[in-house]
Amino acid sequence: MSNSKSLLTIKDLHASVEEKQIIKGLNLDIKPGEVHAIMGPNGAGKSTLGYVLSGRDGYSVEGGSVELNGEDLLEMETEERARAGLFLAFQYPVEIPGVSNLEFLKASVDAQREARGEEAITSADFLKEAKAACKQVNLPISFLKRGVNEGFSGGEKKRNELMQMLLLKPKLCILDETDSGLDIDALQVVAEGVNSQRSADRSFIVVTHYQRLLDYIKPDFVHVLSDGKIVKSGDASLAHELEAQGYAWLQKEPAEDELEG
Amino acid sequence: MTEQIDKALAREYEAGFVSDVESETFEPGLDESVIRRISEMKGEPEWMLEWRLSAFREWLKMEEPDWALFDYPKIDFQAISYYSAPKSMKDKPKSLDEVDPELLRTYEKLGIPLIEQQMLAGIAVDAVFDSVSVVTTFREKLEEAGVIFCPISEAIQKYPELVKKYIGSVVPKKDNYYAALNCAVFTDGSFVYIPKGTRCPMELSTYFRINEQNTGQFERTLIVADEGSHVSYLEGCTAPQRDENQLHAAVVELVAMDNAEIKYSTVQNWYPGDEDGKGGIYNFVTKRGICHTNAKISWTQVETGSAVTWKYPSCILKGDNSVGEFYSVALTRGRQQADTGTKMIHLGKNTKSTIIAKGISAGKSNGSYRGLVRMNPGADGARNFTQCDSLLIGDQCGAHTFPYVESRNPTAIVEHEATTSKVSDEQMFLCRQRGLDPEKAVSIIVNGFCKEVFKELPMEFAVEAGKLLEISLEGSVG
Repeated sequence: MSNSKSLLTIKDLHASVEEKQIIKGLNLDIKPGEVHAIMGPNGAGKSTLGYVLSGRDGYSVEGGSVELNGEDLLEMETEERARAGLFLAFQYPVEIPGVSNLEFLKASVDAQREARGEEAITSADFLKEAKAACKQVNLPISFLKRGVNEGFSGGEKKRNELMQMLLLKPKLCILDETDSGLDIDALQVVAEGVNSQRSADRSFIVVTHYQRLLDYIKPDFVHVLSDGKIVKSGDASLAHELEAQGYAWLQKEPAEDELEG
Repeated sequence: MTEQIDKALAREYEAGFVSDVESETFEPGLDESVIRRISEMKGEPEWMLEWRLSAFREWLKMEEPDWALFDYPKIDFQAISYYSAPKSMKDKPKSLDEVDPELLRTYEKLGIPLIEQQMLAGIAVDAVFDSVSVVTTFREKLEEAGVIFCPISEAIQKYPELVKKYIGSVVPKKDNYYAALNCAVFTDGSFVYIPKGTRCPMELSTYFRINEQNTGQFERTLIVADEGSHVSYLEGCTAPQRDENQLHAAVVELVAMDNAEIKYSTVQNWYPGDEDGKGGIYNFVTKRGICHTNAKISWTQVETGSAVTWKYPSCILKGDNSVGEFYSVALTRGRQQADTGTKMIHLGKNTKSTIIAKGISAGKSNGSYRGLVRMNPGADGARNFTQCDSLLIGDQCGAHTFPYVESRNPTAIVEHEATTSKVSDEQMFLCRQRGLDPEKAVSIIVNGFCKEVFKELPMEFAVEAGKLLEISLEGSVG
């Protein structure tokens, strides 16, 4: 694979949280338009990978490189990575009381457009887009006026994440266990939203513990993450294998610390 | 993250410039002769001087209060000058054309153009510079509606009956140490009278500016809303950036007659001192209103400035069915100290009060809410709802809540809710992951926290308050 065409190239990434090494030599290459599923047992480092890529404080990179569109991602501040097109859909979206969804989204879109040297979108145009996005993820329009995630149910929070993604139009979306806590109906809504956003210039990393989500979002590649490394890669059929056999067969030497969350 | 927040908070104080205006300033010091001189400068009638002198004699017997949660060096009241006015004001300019352009420029720089053509149409401004009112705009238009809006020094001469009747009627001379001092030495401020059944046709506002060094500002505002009238009043304040502390001790009295409504909004941005607590205004203010039957007084304040803030805008709910409201945002950073809150005194039947107080502490600052809700024996069916929320930014600041409740009527209902929260790492990460820089992230989170209070402000002020918080929080993120 040639690097010049890749959207994201991770080489031999090592990263730790609170001095505990979680990512231990991870390699991954994603081309525009591809959907990569990352599966693995609890504690394998799945969520950590999302946080490291998006630049969360407290997650330190100890080795390796990550390029997004040929640029050194690890050199960028958290907000610069977002502006470069990286979006993380949170597993547990946090509340920001009193800040309306609309206000928050407009500020985010404004910041990203400004950074890209694009003209600011008018409030009227933005409202139109936001209403359409709201509809698409099956949330009542009134959610635009409510505080960010304030009093939302688990499913509503996930759909709200998706709405943000629709409006920010990122190049690389990392969905961090978006299926957790969702019933089958909500799962379908989220999956449909994601599928509608699949395009030749947008890639996805779908982090999930279960194969279920991948019935709705068909991945191009499936990777198994275990003990901070990708131990197996394949196509969508790998997910079914994992569902049938579990993860144990992939872990040659299950380390004790993997049992920790 | 704390580091970033601190950086975001290390703002420039934009109003910190000094105007080059030649002033006539009293020598520092305070005794009866100083009070006589102030009264003489103002050309006051004898009764006013006597009133001042009796307040001064009371003040001499009083002790400086020390119950607030403060730590600051004792104020030397003999080291303060009690009067300073631009020389150009001596001849009392008749119109804007006669006002020293440097004074007009000062207000323009502060975003308060005093030339009527340039002003926001719906707001009349009384501009007080050190110890005198420089200009009051839109007076003719207000006079057409029967509304009196003028410097209090002028009201004492032109409307002595009104002033005599109401001055000191809500905040008595002996009320407290700083109020007594103000009664003795007050220099200017605004006077408002809204006649019966009149809705004031525009927002009224007073803009206080301290310029001269080593002077104190002691302004006094008196607003009387006669039966069935309505007025919305705004107050703003700034001062130059200096290494010495300066004292500001104001008194505001509101009288809402039967069925009248007064809305009083403040955006306080006195110089807060530097990061290490050097300089800044000591702000000791007594604000109180009295509500007669069915009347309503609503206080809204956004406190971002001053080294020390001691301020409890209060309502005496005397008439049946009267309503008192207090909405407050108090932001402290650096070494600022704020002890602020309200008193709701329920005397009449079915009186209602609402208190929403939001405190934001950052840096090494301390913010306290101190509030009293008193239900007197006659306050049948009275209700109070209080909500105090504190937001902490970083881990070196403090937030404190001192609610006092005295209920002497079994039918009265008092509710109190309080929360303390932090700007969390998760919230910051969410905002930054969506592309907001840390400063914008903090400001959006803090603005959300203050929303319930900001929506009570008149629109122009709400925008200004939001911006002010943004500036205040610049560099506070880490």
